[in-house]
Amino acid sequence: MLAALAVVAGWPFLQTIWLGFTDAELGGGPAKFVGLDNFGGLLEDPTWWRAVANTLVFTVLSVSLEAALGMVIALALDRRFPGRSLVRAAVIVPWAIPTVVSAKLWAWMLNDVFGIVNAVLDGLGLLAKPVAWVAAPGTALLSVVLVDAWKTTPFVALLLLAGLQGIPGELYEAGRIDGAKPLQIFVFITLPLLRPALLVALIFRTLDALRVFDIIYVIAGDNPASMSMSVFARQSLVEFQQVGYGSAAASLVFVIVAVVTVIYVRAGRLWQEA
Amino acid sequence: MRRWRRRGAQALFFLLIAAILFYALFPFYWAVVSSLRSGSRLFSISLLPLHPAWSNYLAVFQAEPFFRNILNSLFVATLVVLISLGFALGAAYALGRLRFAGRRMLLMTILGVSMFPQIAVLSGMFFIVRTLGLYNTPWALVLSYLIFTLPFTTWVLTAFMRELPRELEEAAIVDGARPLTLVLRVLLPLLAPAMVTTGVLAFIASWNEFLFALTFTLTPDERTVPVAIALISGASAYELPWGRIMAASVIVTLPLIALVLAFQNRIVSGLTAGAVKG
Repeated sequence: MLAALAVVAGWPFLQTIWLGFTDAELGGGPAKFVGLDNFGGLLEDPTWWRAVANTLVFTVLSVSLEAALGMVIALALDRRFPGRSLVRAAVIVPWAIPTVVSAKLWAWMLNDVFGIVNAVLDGLGLLAKPVAWVAAPGTALLSVVLVDAWKTTPFVALLLLAGLQGIPGELYEAGRIDGAKPLQIFVFITLPLLRPALLVALIFRTLDALRVFDIIYVIAGDNPASMSMSVFARQSLVEFQQVGYGSAAASLVFVIVAVVTVIYVRAGRLWQEA
Repeated sequence: MRRWRRRGAQALFFLLIAAILFYALFPFYWAVVSSLRSGSRLFSISLLPLHPAWSNYLAVFQAEPFFRNILNSLFVATLVVLISLGFALGAAYALGRLRFAGRRMLLMTILGVSMFPQIAVLSGMFFIVRTLGLYNTPWALVLSYLIFTLPFTTWVLTAFMRELPRELEEAAIVDGARPLTLVLRVLLPLLAPAMVTTGVLAFIASWNEFLFALTFTLTPDERTVPVAIALISGASAYELPWGRIMAASVIVTLPLIALVLAFQNRIVSGLTAGAVKG
């Protein structure tokens, strides 16, 4: 088992790190060791920095949006009402749709000429002229965030719902008897008890968002306005065939993800103890 | 007065539920409607599919090797599920039951690998795939998908394994069962529900994977479904055949929605078991 894992995951990973220190090219001659040249090049590459900034903005916006929407949906589904299990089933649907498909669905709805989003906004008189959501630099990243939030909010909502259903009802009752208002109950009873579930959801979603590739690639391609770190690394590797440079970028993605994970786990522990 | 406020709150609540339903379901509904429109009707924004036409669905299979793509996806996903469940069963037994030095460390490593950015193994994997002569074959995808399915299935099965009572195994051992008999005859039936859940999740993950599939395949015949959909193109870059794209999307999504709805309770518990026990 260990051997299997080492072969399928460990070996390619070490290979990637090694390639990052070479000048390897696809179909080129034998790779030469070039030390830190690739990393130095990345530090001076504005497109790379743009990709890093895009990824961080994407992560912060999409994870906060998903947490907020997920919380609203989880709280709504935690109440008893007729047809609740049907609504819960419906909420899972976006999560069941393959990422590429959700990206295409939204690319079609956000299409500048034929998309229904522009048609509706135009019909409401909110738009002076059609917006090219996906192509315009100002809205490209925002569109991608909205699509990602749509696709993964169910995951967050279901994790939070599982957490909510573990909170004993007596606590709410005690709160109400003591005269707490709904908002106070949420802040002082629900939220603290929901911490573990919320933390897990946030960590999973953040690590996922930092390595985002599919959604951005399918919706906006290699558009630098919305390019993520993974899209940048793949572009160097495959389109530009600079395997050394792309591998260096991929290793940096790994380092950034690892650093964020450590920060998260530390912060989570502090929050848990507070 | 109070009754009116209650009524109002209730109305607001159902409005919220309606909004949630609309948000969750409308995009896919719109894809279905669009896929049933041919020619210039596609650009209509009426909400109902008044004149359903199946031409887009026919076109998907005629203009693209889409049937072949579906078979590729099925082949890769099925094989990945079988291999990872087989490995994970053995590993979960070792991790959940046997005590050995560094067990905790090993578990953390496994979790770490499953959180791994895929891009970090892409170039290394590419060279391995090329050296083994697997480039542009489904086998390259089977090999690379194991990177994320193996740790995940092992992790979840280990979590389930820990909850099984030890007494059953001890009884079997007293009765003289060997390790292999123990795993196959005692543990397998007990773990079957957990294996179905992890199997379904691993299947979905493999069916949906895009980055490796895009990079390790070249010709249209070898593509899996997500790559095929992403790369459907029209006569020029500026006129994408949206009707066909939507038809293909609906075809590959319906079985998945059915799968997820059928297993929804199990999937939620599988996800939380994988997540919360860490």
